[in-house]
Amino acid sequence: MERIYVANVNNLPEKLGKSVKVRNYDIALFKLSTGVIHAIENSCPHKGGVLSQGIISGKHVYCPMHNWKICTEEGKAQKPDEGCVKTFEVEIKDEKVYVCL
Amino acid sequence: MKKKKLVLVGNGMAGVRCIEEILKIDSDGFEITIFGREPYPNYNRILLSTVLQGDTSIDDITINELEWYEQHNIQLYTGETVVEIDKERKQVYTDKDRQIEYDELILATGSLPFMLPLPGADKEGVTAFRDIQDCQTMIESAQQYRKAVVIGGGLLGLEAARGLLNLGMEVDVVHICEHLMERQLDPTASKMLQKELEAQGMNFLLNKQTEEIFGSRRVEGLLFKDGSKIEADLVVMAVGIRPNVQLAKNNGIQVNRGIVVNDYMQTDCPNIYAVGECAEHREIVYGLVAPLYEQGKILAEKVCGVESKKYEGSVVSTQLKVSGVDVFSAGDFLDNHDTNSIKVYDDFEGIYKKVVFRDDKVAGAVLFGDIGEGPKLLNMINDRTDISNLSKVAILQDHSGGESSKSAALEMVNSEVICGCNGVTKGEICGAIVENGLTTVDQVKDNTNASRSCGGCKPLVQDLLEYTLGDEFDQSEIKEAVCGCTTLSREEVIEEIKSKNLKFVKEIMNVLGWKNEEGCSKCRPALNYYLGMLYPSDYEDEQESRFVNDRLHANIQKDGTYSVVPRMYGGVTNVTDLRKIADVAEKYDVPMIKLTGGQRIDLLGIKKEDLPKVWADLDMPSGYAYGKALRTVKTCVGSQFCRFGTQDSTQLGIDLEKKFERLNTPHKVKMSVSACPRNCAESGIKDVGIVGVDGGFEIYVGGNGGTHLRAGDLLCTVKKEKEVIETTAAFLQYYRETATYLERTSKWIERIGLENIREVLFDEENKKQLVARIEEALAHTKDPWEEIVKNQEIQEKLFRNLETQTSVRA
Ligand code: SRM
Ligand SMILES: Cc1cc2nc3c(=O)[nH]c(=O)nc-3n(C[C@H](O)[C@H](O)[C@H](O)COP(=O)(O)OP(=O)(O)OC[C@H]3O[C@@H](n4cnc5c(N)ncnc54)[C@H](O)[C@@H]3O)c2cc1C
Ligand code: SF4
Ligand code: FES
Repeated sequence: MERIYVANVNNLPEKLGKSVKVRNYDIALFKLSTGVIHAIENSCPHKGGVLSQGIISGKHVYCPMHNWKICTEEGKAQKPDEGCVKTFEVEIKDEKVYVCL
Repeated sequence: MKKKKLVLVGNGMAGVRCIEEILKIDSDGFEITIFGREPYPNYNRILLSTVLQGDTSIDDITINELEWYEQHNIQLYTGETVVEIDKERKQVYTDKDRQIEYDELILATGSLPFMLPLPGADKEGVTAFRDIQDCQTMIESAQQYRKAVVIGGGLLGLEAARGLLNLGMEVDVVHICEHLMERQLDPTASKMLQKELEAQGMNFLLNKQTEEIFGSRRVEGLLFKDGSKIEADLVVMAVGIRPNVQLAKNNGIQVNRGIVVNDYMQTDCPNIYAVGECAEHREIVYGLVAPLYEQGKILAEKVCGVESKKYEGSVVSTQLKVSGVDVFSAGDFLDNHDTNSIKVYDDFEGIYKKVVFRDDKVAGAVLFGDIGEGPKLLNMINDRTDISNLSKVAILQDHSGGESSKSAALEMVNSEVICGCNGVTKGEICGAIVENGLTTVDQVKDNTNASRSCGGCKPLVQDLLEYTLGDEFDQSEIKEAVCGCTTLSREEVIEEIKSKNLKFVKEIMNVLGWKNEEGCSKCRPALNYYLGMLYPSDYEDEQESRFVNDRLHANIQKDGTYSVVPRMYGGVTNVTDLRKIADVAEKYDVPMIKLTGGQRIDLLGIKKEDLPKVWADLDMPSGYAYGKALRTVKTCVGSQFCRFGTQDSTQLGIDLEKKFERLNTPHKVKMSVSACPRNCAESGIKDVGIVGVDGGFEIYVGGNGGTHLRAGDLLCTVKKEKEVIETTAAFLQYYRETATYLERTSKWIERIGLENIREVLFDEENKKQLVARIEEALAHTKDPWEEIVKNQEIQEKLFRNLETQTSVRA
């Protein structure tokens, strides 16, 4: 497994997404109100909307394109929609955020 | 006054429903006698299929208990057949030698199952599928015997076959045609159905004609015309029904296929009516309860002498009641030389949908696998909805995949029918739920009749219950809760914000007990707007609660790039601005430069990270093409150049745009100014549209050129530009304060009424205060682009993407 440094915890705004290109992946990072950070593929299972720009509520993000609700932890689209995005493990060490590939 | 004597022959679904309708109109006007050949009170014949399939017991399908008859002083004779009618004396005679007089006589004798006149059809073990007795015969046979054959691959035959499978029998279905349910399905759907039922364990013998039923005392098998044979311990004939007209025919009442009736269900004999499956109306005999119930209602009005509507026939839809198989069919579903159709065929999911159109109307439909759109389509057929303005494909796409697998019921409008059998609309159901505090489907059934017959709409009723009551059975729909996170309406939330002096989105959700702690994409932007509207000077807009466009001040495109539309006040530009736009377009390699419908220029395809730079280079104010705010003020050339111009529309447009730009509103606001009634700036379809006339201006409001086209209403006529601006200001502020977030003026006006708006605006004192409040709000607006260009922190937070640096192997 490979760990890639993407940001400092303090540089991630709370309840707003950030996108980062890692290898071939476009990844959306979310720092939730609890401080927990999740990383998922930045492409909505519906029509590829940029999830990093969605409205975040709890651990879910609403896609800005057509409002699908996606779980940032498991990558699953919430009912009644179906689909899922890739999730990435996040590691934090010394205030540094790493995405694991 | 002496009560009229009313006699009903036939204690079945149509007749008794008609009596219920009569009691509703006049509970005391008749002395009622009912004769029924079967030894039971009125029961739900439709549910015999479910009884056979084991989902319901015979005891559960009674519609009217004996107490009901008693309660309404109805004399019921069960197990008694009426055998003669004496029209002269106005009396009926029964097989038990009873003799009863009538003033009004209703025949509701239903139909008889059609039994093929085959040799051996009278053997033991051969039955129809029509009544409780038949059902019992089948249930008993299944306990002793193994092999069942159903003759007839129609609706009834298949429901019987499914029931027999559930009873543990092996089942062959013999059908004379190549396709099952050919009267309701096209060949494609029919084949899918066959495949599905085969998977459930049915065996089909298609294109087979029975020659003989053989056996000694009891049936042992079938012989076909082609010489082949099969074994059978039980034969169910489900090949059709025939209106039961013998009684009428024997007594000189006009009969064709059924008992002939006019639009008021009257036969050719005075005071004798027919209703239900035995009646023939405009040459049609119906075999489903929905039309029969409609007939019953009209007949009830006639019998009670209240001015009544005519019965004009019905379009029927059918659903197959076999679990695991969803089939819907209605209207003319076969392609014809004068029809067009749309088909969706998904072999993976086993979904097939076909909608047939004739002359821009939906003529018929067949749905297989996903029948959610059934009620909607049936409504469109019945209402003869003109679909020339709708995208035909969208008629189906509404529910396929996506946001749309939501229950179809939720997207229906209140006037649409949910329960086809009983003609109950969504509005009636939701209304009853809220008004009577209903919480179960059964209560809804008792209250509204919805789902009282075939039960096919139960899932929809359930959806409406959940929807109307919210997760915890509370009232959201009728009151229009802000969103699913709360039961409070917009008005209640605003009241609470004011009285509790709440200042943050999060605080509101907390204090008012939101179900989702952090809200959803519907309430968060709405609350953010309400706070901004209530506290114009000190509310700090909350970025995280804004939809991406309003957060980034640019419009997101499908590929994640953005569009930039700078202000071009009144649609007027100049060389400097044009040059700047051209330079920016070149520098950032803008893929498309487009003139918008709002008289300005759109730069499309700009990367998020570039937005602040683009704005800096443009150095023009934001056109708010993304915002819930004033968009454009469209103008015509007006008196400066045009030979018809009565006013300087261009200048007034510019003034309006400068005055109200940047103002947050519940939804976007578009304006325009034309200088004469030729209306080249389309002032009739704007939120605020001004039309210059000689000596003044007409102000139109609530127009909309978008999804729901609406012509604006003339609010008033004023003399001076200053008054235009002042009236517009008061109007906008009243809209800001009373509209629901995302409610365009067109919808808002229809909700609160033009007269109401006039009353408020034309009260001088009120108007002054509205204007003062909008001035305060305007005073606190800033150009967002300029602000962002100057603010590195916001740029960092909102616009910059992260960059990867080192990678560490682990
Ligand atoms: C650019 C433009 C089309 C064009 O190329 O001309 C446009 C583009 C969009 N319109 Fe529009 N509308 C444009 C003029 C219109 C007009 C005509 C007009 O304003 O004269 C209408 C009908 C008039 C009206 O609104 O009453 C119009 C009715 C809509 C609607 C339906 C609104 C409604 O309440 O019915 C939407 C959807 C919405 O806002 O929810 C919409 C939404 C959109 C969005 C924002 C879709 C979206 O959410 O991404 C499109 C953004 C594309 C982009 O980034 O540029 N657009 N849109 C026009 C921009 C005008 C401008 O300069 O600001
Ligand atoms: C198994 C099955 C499933 C069905 N599924 C559906 C469905 O899903 N949806 C749907 O809309 N419809 C369905 N139907 C059809 C529906 O049940 C009938 O359309 C409806 O019952 C007809 O009502 P009716 O009052 O006209 O006739 P009936 O309900 O048949 O009532 C007539 C009554 O009159 C009695 N009678 C007749 N002559 C005399 C006489 N001379 N004196 C006294 N009594 C007499 C009969 O015994 C009978 O009880 C189904 C029918 C069956 C059998
Ligand atoms: S009409 Fe408007 S919303 Fe629809 S595609 Fe065109 S620009 Fe987009
Ligand atoms: S692309 Fe995400 S909801 Fe459509």
